[in-house]
Amino acid sequence: MTTYFNEMYDGGQVRPPYARLSDWMASMPADRRLEKQAEAEALFRRIGITFAVYGEGGDPDRLIPFDMFPRVFTGGEWAKLERGIKQRARALNAFLVDVYGRGEIVRAGRIPAHLVYQNEAFERAVVGFVPPKGVYSHIVGIDIVRTGPTDFYVLEDNCRTPSGVSYMLESREMMMRMFPDLFRENRIEPVDRYHELLRRTLASVAPAKCERDPTIVILTPGHYNSAYYEHSFLADLMGVELVEGADLFVDGAFVYMRTTQGPKRVDVIYRRIDDAFIDPLCFRPDSMLGIPGLMDVYRSGGVTICSAPGAGVADDKAVYTYVPEMVRFYLGEEPILNNVPTWKCAERDDLGHVLANLGDLVVKEVHGSGGYGMLVGPKSTKAEIEEFRARIVADPGNYIAQPTLALSTTPTFVEEGIAPRHVDLRPYCLVGEKIELVPGGMTRVALKDGSLVVNSSQGGGVKDTWVLAE
Amino acid sequence: MLLTVDHVTRYRYDQPVRAVVQSHRLTPARFDGQKVLAWAVTVSGGEMGGAFRDGAGDWVQGWTVKGPVSEIEVRVQGQVETTDLAGVLRGHRELVPPLAYLRATPATEADAALQALAASAAQDDPLSQAHALAFAVAGAITYRPGATHSHTTAAEALAQGEGVCQDHAQALIACARALGVPARYVAGYLFASDDGQPHEASHAWAELHVPGYGWIGFDPANRTCPDARYIRLGSGLDAKEAAPIRGIARGQGCESLDVTVAVQSQAQ
Amino acid sequence: MLSRTADNLYWIARYMERAETAARLLEVGARIALLPTAVGYRSDWDSLLRASGNATGYAAKYGVPDQKAIESWLFFDRDNPNSVAACLTAARENGRIVRTALTTQVWDALNTAFQEMRQITARRDKAELSRLTDWVMKQAAMVRGAIDGTILRNDGFNFLNIGYYLERGDATARLMDVKYYVLLPRADYIGTGLDNDQWLMLLRALGAHRAFHWAYGGEVTSAKIAHFLILNPQSPRSLITCVAGLNNHLTRLAKAYGRETPAQAASAHLLAGLEGLSTDHIFDEGLHEFLTRFISESAALGAVIHDAYLSGDM
Repeated sequence: MTTYFNEMYDGGQVRPPYARLSDWMASMPADRRLEKQAEAEALFRRIGITFAVYGEGGDPDRLIPFDMFPRVFTGGEWAKLERGIKQRARALNAFLVDVYGRGEIVRAGRIPAHLVYQNEAFERAVVGFVPPKGVYSHIVGIDIVRTGPTDFYVLEDNCRTPSGVSYMLESREMMMRMFPDLFRENRIEPVDRYHELLRRTLASVAPAKCERDPTIVILTPGHYNSAYYEHSFLADLMGVELVEGADLFVDGAFVYMRTTQGPKRVDVIYRRIDDAFIDPLCFRPDSMLGIPGLMDVYRSGGVTICSAPGAGVADDKAVYTYVPEMVRFYLGEEPILNNVPTWKCAERDDLGHVLANLGDLVVKEVHGSGGYGMLVGPKSTKAEIEEFRARIVADPGNYIAQPTLALSTTPTFVEEGIAPRHVDLRPYCLVGEKIELVPGGMTRVALKDGSLVVNSSQGGGVKDTWVLAE
Repeated sequence: MLLTVDHVTRYRYDQPVRAVVQSHRLTPARFDGQKVLAWAVTVSGGEMGGAFRDGAGDWVQGWTVKGPVSEIEVRVQGQVETTDLAGVLRGHRELVPPLAYLRATPATEADAALQALAASAAQDDPLSQAHALAFAVAGAITYRPGATHSHTTAAEALAQGEGVCQDHAQALIACARALGVPARYVAGYLFASDDGQPHEASHAWAELHVPGYGWIGFDPANRTCPDARYIRLGSGLDAKEAAPIRGIARGQGCESLDVTVAVQSQAQ
Repeated sequence: MLSRTADNLYWIARYMERAETAARLLEVGARIALLPTAVGYRSDWDSLLRASGNATGYAAKYGVPDQKAIESWLFFDRDNPNSVAACLTAARENGRIVRTALTTQVWDALNTAFQEMRQITARRDKAELSRLTDWVMKQAAMVRGAIDGTILRNDGFNFLNIGYYLERGDATARLMDVKYYVLLPRADYIGTGLDNDQWLMLLRALGAHRAFHWAYGGEVTSAKIAHFLILNPQSPRSLITCVAGLNNHLTRLAKAYGRETPAQAASAHLLAGLEGLSTDHIFDEGLHEFLTRFISESAALGAVIHDAYLSGDM
């Protein structure tokens, strides 16, 4: 029987960061709680923060469940996390500039060449290009789990376009509106600087050819996209235009947007579409979403694309295992945050171990995301395990495996009252001229009893994440 | 050899289009086998866009044309002094590692027949193997203009047993990659000599990466390695990616294309 | 402002106005059903469908006019792009895309209309027609009120109004055109019940039968009705009111942007044409001919506005 670290209780004792919440919890009878829960849901629905779930029918405007019980970190815990996150974001960007340049880390034999250069996400079209300030990944979302008082592990890195930051901001907004007293009693670090930091980060990587206050836009695949709410939310907060591919066009050496007052030059594009859809001339000729000629403008320094095309090669699950090596190689430091031990099924010895221990492991597709195409051994039936075994054997290179982590729990409001549920954390690190991190992130919670899968597509919810001021 | 090129591509639209965007790889590569004496690309009504040298060493130049427009002429004129290097791409500066050229594309996917063809030419010595592969492809696909179209895949061309230089190059690339040899598609020009051997002035061939030599060109269509009669422009994973002109028009108009290429040799 | 955003705002307005027109037609339909079976019963349903702008779609789906089918077609049917349900859905969808260009109140109004529409559709068998049309009017008024009360008077506000006025002018002209024959002077069979019913129906469809009597009084004549619906600047749905509104908002745009486009010249031209007219001129040209010309000029103006502001190709 695995024991899970409960972030609120140490045996019968309440841990200090949760001390005041304990009283708050006691002051919340069931009827008041239900009332508040309904209020939160109505607020969310009213502002339209919804999350479409892939591969399911039903309401496309489904709400992601919001749990009112906050998740709390002490200032000290956060300080360590912050150092570790920033270190990792720096190393990942150094890696990207390197592999699209001379590839020193490969030449030094610290990462296998084929993992990088034969990787689907390795983009030949950007080889030799150094983006402004040497940044490929401007928003790095790092998924972190906790297994003990001081034990944190990085589950995966998201270097392309990590989503969910709107939940961090809206959850806080919601809590402050519903429970203002809590914020008077607890000294909680604010997160509302995020959009200003994001705007500054994007402005700081404007191309050299831009000699005025840069014009920034957010590029969305459109309002059918599951994260459209977030795209429009961020555009609104930053006061920038939310554009679709058809709103932009290339003329000469620059990109312009179509406005009611004629063409307006665009300097920085924060894109929320995949590489393949950026420019039909360069990538997919069938793409209706992209902007023909954009890559030529980008590479000749007429516009900055955030994240830079090609950034995905750093957050591949097979490359992930080498991130600690990147930290050592580029920064000459020891990693502050640990990786989860990972077996690469592509390697014969690892594969043997994985196949022999499928019942205890979590197996993931190398390129998968969103909790799809994975096996959680201890939670699966024999038949499911055998079916997955066949898939691994058929294509070992497509899978990695990790031990089933004992994810920490925090108190969560559930049907029967309050019960511990497993959580993870995704903070959003901003990389431009400076590296910035607001104290907080998106805490995802597995609402089903015993479930370790926190993805919203698999029945997960979100919580407000508090960092206490020291 | 001193070669002059006059290459005109005319795009016509049955209805005027609102705008055209193009990306060109129309400038001769810089390596020991060729020296550019003069080179100019013009686009009628066009505005020059961004330009840069990419990681594969190709010069890329963007162009845009504002509409409404119903005809666009892209004209390439220039003079290049070439040297026969027996196909070896000596002195070419590029950053993309050869390993990045092992990836199959839809047009260069090796089916069972291509894999079998590759296996039939497998040898221990990488250079001999490269030659054997080119020879095998030349034998398996007979040159016949009009037998295939621009979207024909390597597998389809082999099954058909006929094709043009594009099919030869893509089939060779597919075979090479099937044996773990990095390979890429090269677009360029070929001087059509009077004795009638070579076929197309606008030409394509393959490059295979051979340890110790680097990239070496192979032209199965002409059963040779590129020599002084060849001008190399740019490269890519397949024909589509290496296309000297890539473009998109915005509007309802249907596009038709008319290309004339003349490559001549001048007495030195 | 992004051209696409302006386009979405413009279409929110057009769809809301169009939903209201569909509801007004429904109300007229309800009145028709109450009339004693008389000459023209069948043709009334036909003209109703033609006024809705999609008679062929109906004919393809249902064949002959039938009260229940027409009600369903005009209110619920998603196959009819001009039905209330289709318009409210499209208006809300356009609103969702430009959510951040709207105030919370406007979004709430659009979203509420859409959500309630879904509930009404779910229990449509129990729906009472008069309640439904009242409900649509109320939703349209809520959206309109939220726009007037809360939106910044910037370019977005102008594009919303341009959409409203263009759609409304077009609807008035279409409604008149399907009934133009009852307004022809030779059809002035004063005092016959049927004609009065026809006129009233037309005015009712435009929500203007009471206003008309207040404005003119006395005997109802075709000249008075034509004046009221075409040339009277006090009438909220008259063609001249709509064109003047359009012209006003286009002028404001030109001023704000410091730039004139062909749209300003086109709308000024259309307005000047109406201002110089009398009902005699209109009947001389022929009412049908005049309305046909207006509808096509109004559509042409819409195209000029599209090219100048909404397509982004300028």
